[in-house]
Amino acid sequence: MNKAKSKNHLLAYILLGLFGLVMLFPVIWMFFACFKTNNEIFGSLKLLPSSWSFEAFQKGWHTTGTYNYLKYFLNTFTLVVPTTLLTLVSCSIVAYGFARFDFPGNRIWFMILITTLMLPNAVIVIPRYALFQKLGWLDTYMTYYAPAALGCYPFFIFMLVQFMRGLPRDLDESAYIDGCGPFQCFVQILLPLLKPALFSAGLFQFLWTWNDFFNTNIYINTVAKYPVSLALRMSIDVTSNIEWNQVMAMALVSVIPLIVLFFAAQKYFVEGIATTGLKG
Amino acid sequence: MEKLSGLEKLAGSREAPKNGGWTKRNKTGFMYVCIWIAGFAIFQLYPFISSLIYSFTDYNIFDAPKFVGFSNYVKLFTKDREFWNSMRVTLQYTFITVPGKVILALIVAMILNRQLKGINFIRTVYYIPSLLSGSVAVSILWKVLFMNDGFINSLLGAVHLPAVKWLGDPGTAVVTICLLEIWQFGSSMVLFLSALKQVPKDLYEAARIDGASKPRIFFKITLPMISSIAFFNIIMQLITALQNFTSAFVVTNGGPNKATYVLGMKLYMDAFKYFKMGYACATSWIMFVVILILTLILFMTSKYWVYYYDE
Repeated sequence: MNKAKSKNHLLAYILLGLFGLVMLFPVIWMFFACFKTNNEIFGSLKLLPSSWSFEAFQKGWHTTGTYNYLKYFLNTFTLVVPTTLLTLVSCSIVAYGFARFDFPGNRIWFMILITTLMLPNAVIVIPRYALFQKLGWLDTYMTYYAPAALGCYPFFIFMLVQFMRGLPRDLDESAYIDGCGPFQCFVQILLPLLKPALFSAGLFQFLWTWNDFFNTNIYINTVAKYPVSLALRMSIDVTSNIEWNQVMAMALVSVIPLIVLFFAAQKYFVEGIATTGLKG
Repeated sequence: MEKLSGLEKLAGSREAPKNGGWTKRNKTGFMYVCIWIAGFAIFQLYPFISSLIYSFTDYNIFDAPKFVGFSNYVKLFTKDREFWNSMRVTLQYTFITVPGKVILALIVAMILNRQLKGINFIRTVYYIPSLLSGSVAVSILWKVLFMNDGFINSLLGAVHLPAVKWLGDPGTAVVTICLLEIWQFGSSMVLFLSALKQVPKDLYEAARIDGASKPRIFFKITLPMISSIAFFNIIMQLITALQNFTSAFVVTNGGPNKATYVLGMKLYMDAFKYFKMGYACATSWIMFVVILILTLILFMTSKYWVYYYDE
């Protein structure tokens, strides 16, 4: 029995290990490709570069255009960080309203919220564009900040409501009876307990905004305001010979912050997916 | 206590709120929710309704929309061959990636769901592709790997298989972008893993005592117990897949010969390259109706294959 079991485990390890290697191979290959010359990337099976060169990173970073990747990274952070923070503030307050107050219509509004989870972005993007144009927000990061400030990310509201409903209601209600205001209850009692959920939501919002291409591609037009995703896309849009090693080097650099973040905070990622069933 | 509605249950809602009247406290709570109601009204409901209205107009964003009745829809259905091509490609993409992703995620989750040392590390490794999902970086990587003289063809050459025109042949280009999507099965897998952990152990114990075979245990216990999570997951995957844009735009740019010109891409080109906004809105509403129909079919069939164990 025991022997069969350990044999079984060994088989599982081998299967998972081999499959994991296949899964990760594209990323590993990408890493080594950044040190290769442009010719070496193509028509070769060799994984390791014949000589290690940082040239692709240097040249790629400085680009042949007006701006270098420092600018694009700063743009990305200016876009992503406030969007994430605004999302967390608005969504947690709204979630508090849903989870802890029995106002009439609570259930109906919550149903609407869940329904909007399924509202495809493609349907609303054109009128949103027209709306942003009228407001003079096109080509600014307001296109991201404003929806975030008003809690237009039902995923996170839903996730935080779920989490809050798991916390005993007596906690904040006894504080309320002791004379704490509703907002004070929220800040002093619930927020500290919400930290793990806020962290998960923040990580996902950071990740999704960082990776988002569809919306930035539509709303942001000036190269000076490009985040990294648009800069990368621009770099393969030229008609002359593309230096693929440089493009790959910058693509790698653009995902390194995400990978570092993920390893630092894996626990929260996994919990976040498990509590809500988010896509990823 | 009131029974939770299907949708709330589906999304795994924990409790239904009660109606406590308009007390001062509840008014404050409603104020908090009003932040979202305002956002919903301005950035979701208003665009949603105007999108429907625009779809009956000729609108180029610079001039006021001109009402043209059903002509956008008539044109899409009868004259625009590109539209039918996009519809076909999008459905093809959806029906390959959604089952592919869900089944692969389930298989890997089943293998991972045991007490093995280092399981967390392996789970992490499988999640990395999902981490990069939708990013331009990963689309660029795919483009380079699958070029005519790219690594994948070198690999095929090494085992004496003929090279494949991954990006250049209309038939395989769709497969190439589908592979990119299926590669990112990690988040579905994590979801299945957490569902598998929640299946009560005594059910398996009882089945084993009764001498049930392994496949029987899988189909009679495991699958029903995780079906509600699979259901939610399939719906969300479906909605994402039908709207796919980035991989088709960056990896193949809709080509070759419009073989990967998915609806999301047609919509983008019509609206933001040719400024046929009204026309693009009509396309988006057809896309919405397709999503609605597929979701409704799933909902209607759900009572035959989705099992909620809290009842």
